[in-house]
Amino acid sequence: MTDLTELGVAAIRDGVAKGDFTAVEVAEAFNANVAAAQTALNAFIVTTPEKAIAAAKATDAKRAKGEALGKMGGVPIGMKDLFATKGVQTTAASHILEGFTPEYESTVSQKLWDAGAGMLGKLNLDQFAMGSSNETSYFGNVISPWRRKDGGNAALAPGGSSGGSSTAVAARLAPAATGTDTGGSIRQPAAFTGISGIKPTYGRCSRWGIVAFASSLDQAGPMARDVRDCAIMLEAMAGFDPKDSTSLDMPVPAWEAGLSGDMKGKKVGIPREYRMDGMDADVAASWDAGIAWLKDAGAEIVDVSLPHTKYALPAYYIIAPAEASSNLARYDGVRYGLRDLPDGAGLQDMYAATRAAGFGAEVKRRILIGTYVLSAGFYDAYYTQAQKVRTLIAQDFKNAFTLCDVILAPTAPTAAFGLGEKSDDPLAMYLNDVFAVPASLAGLPAMSVPAGLNREGLPLGLQIVGKPFDEQGVLNAGLAIEARAGFSAKPEKWW
Amino acid sequence: MSVDTATVAKIAALARIKLSEGEVAAMVPELNGILAWVEQLSEVDVTGIEPMTAVIENKQRLRADVIGADPLTGGGVRDAVLANAPAAEHGFFGVPKVIE
Repeated sequence: MTDLTELGVAAIRDGVAKGDFTAVEVAEAFNANVAAAQTALNAFIVTTPEKAIAAAKATDAKRAKGEALGKMGGVPIGMKDLFATKGVQTTAASHILEGFTPEYESTVSQKLWDAGAGMLGKLNLDQFAMGSSNETSYFGNVISPWRRKDGGNAALAPGGSSGGSSTAVAARLAPAATGTDTGGSIRQPAAFTGISGIKPTYGRCSRWGIVAFASSLDQAGPMARDVRDCAIMLEAMAGFDPKDSTSLDMPVPAWEAGLSGDMKGKKVGIPREYRMDGMDADVAASWDAGIAWLKDAGAEIVDVSLPHTKYALPAYYIIAPAEASSNLARYDGVRYGLRDLPDGAGLQDMYAATRAAGFGAEVKRRILIGTYVLSAGFYDAYYTQAQKVRTLIAQDFKNAFTLCDVILAPTAPTAAFGLGEKSDDPLAMYLNDVFAVPASLAGLPAMSVPAGLNREGLPLGLQIVGKPFDEQGVLNAGLAIEARAGFSAKPEKWW
Repeated sequence: MSVDTATVAKIAALARIKLSEGEVAAMVPELNGILAWVEQLSEVDVTGIEPMTAVIENKQRLRADVIGADPLTGGGVRDAVLANAPAAEHGFFGVPKVIE
C-alpha cells in the first residue's frame, strides 16, 4: 500500500472521495508521523490526534451517505498556533498566553473545518510571529528536517515565523498547514524547507481570531507541497468576514480550476534593485533559472524598477513594531493569560511584572521600539515618515505593474542558516526578509515555490509577486516554475 | 537619534514592562543599533506624499444596529468572556485594589 503521508491535499481529497482509502486511514498515518517526530523536530506545541480522527470519521460517514465531502474533505492539517481554536490551547508560542483556551474559533480555522479538514495539532512558531528562524518560541526551537550534505548534522532553522508549519509539511507530518505572513512569515519558511506557500492579497483571509501582530500587514495563507494544494486550501481559507473590518467583500475565485502553467502573453518583471551586491551565487543562479523557465512557458521577460526597495525593511521595522506595541497592550494579566502579582503590588506593578515575565526578549525589543517611535516628539520623524515611505513602496509596485503581470525574485537572500547563527544579532536576522517585506508593505499576493537545491543540498525558493487580487496570476506563474523545476527533493529521514 | 538608559527606562515604563537596571543597560545598544539603521529613511524625499492609511482600498462598513446579530460577537456570554481570566470573581475581572 502507498504511504499515505507522501500524498498532498489534492491526492488525499480525491483518493478519499474515490474510496481508494478512508479519511481515518489518512489521519492515523499522519498522527503516527506527528508523534514519531515530536521530540526531534518540536514542530507542534500541542497535538490533537483525536480531533484529526473525529474529522476523518465525519468525512467517511458523509461519504457513506453519498454527501459532498468539501474542498478539504478528509485532509488533516496542522494549524499554526496563532489561530484561536475553541477548546484547544492557543499560545502564539508565548508564555503570557500559556494555558489560554479560546471560547471561540477563528474564522479561517472554522472555514477549514467546514470544508472537511481535520486538525493534527497546533504548530510552533516564533513568539507572536516575531522572528525569521523559529528561535523565539517559548516552547523551544523548531528543528528543520533538512540537513546540509556536509555530514555535520548541524541543526538548521526551518524559517519563521511559520517554522512549525514549514517543518511539518516538509517532514511529511502534515500534507498542508496554515501560515500567517506579516513580513515574509509564509514565504521564507516555505523557501527554507522546499515547500510552497502563498500569502494572498491583504484582506482575502479574515484576521478574526488570529492573534494580532501588525494588523495592517497580517495575512493568513496556506503552506503545502505544491501549487495546486495551495490553491485548494486558499479557496477554503479565503472569503468575506464582516467581523474583520479590513476583510475584502469579494467572491473567492475558483483558483484550482483556473490553474494554468501557460504563460503565453504574460509579462514577467525582474526588479533590478533586487540584484544586490554580494548576492549569494546559488540564489542568483536559481533566479536566472526561474527566468529561463518562465520564458520557456511562453512569458516575456521585462526589466522593472522598484526604486525604494532598500527602504522597505527599515520602514517595516518601524511600522510592524509600532502596531505590535499597540496590539500587545491587551496582555495585561487581567482578562486572559498569565498574571504575575508580586506581594503588595498595585495594578500598574502587576501589569509591568506580568509583561516582564510573559514576553520573550524579541517581543520586548519590538514593543519598546514601537513604543519609542510612537511617543510624543518622535512620531512624525519615525512613524509618519515610515508610512510615507510605505506609500512610495506601494507606488513602485503600481508603476512596475503597468509593465508586467507578475514579478519574479528570490524569496530569501540565502538558504536555511544554522540555529544560533543569527540569533544574537537582530539586524542580521531582520535582513533575511529583505525580498519578502516589500510585497507585505504593499499588501500584494506573493508566493514562494521551490526552485532547487544549493551547493549544500538545501532548498532555495523563488518568489512571485502579483497585482492586488490576482492570486490566480501568482499561482499560475508558480505552476509554470514548478513544472520546469521538477523539484522532488525531500529531507532524508533522520528523526 | 539615539536613546540612553533614562530614555529606555521611560519607554519601558510607558510600555508597562518591568526591566531591571541590567536589562535596561543591555537594551540601550540594541535599540540604538536598530534606530541607527532605520535612520536611513530620513534620506527619502517624501515631499507631497501622504502617509499610507489603507494598503488595499476598502470601504468602511456599518453593521446592522442589532444586538447579538452575530452570536460570536454579540452579548450574553459573560461566562465565556471570563473563562480565561486569571482571577474572575462574582462575574467580574478581579484586580488588585486600585483606590487606597
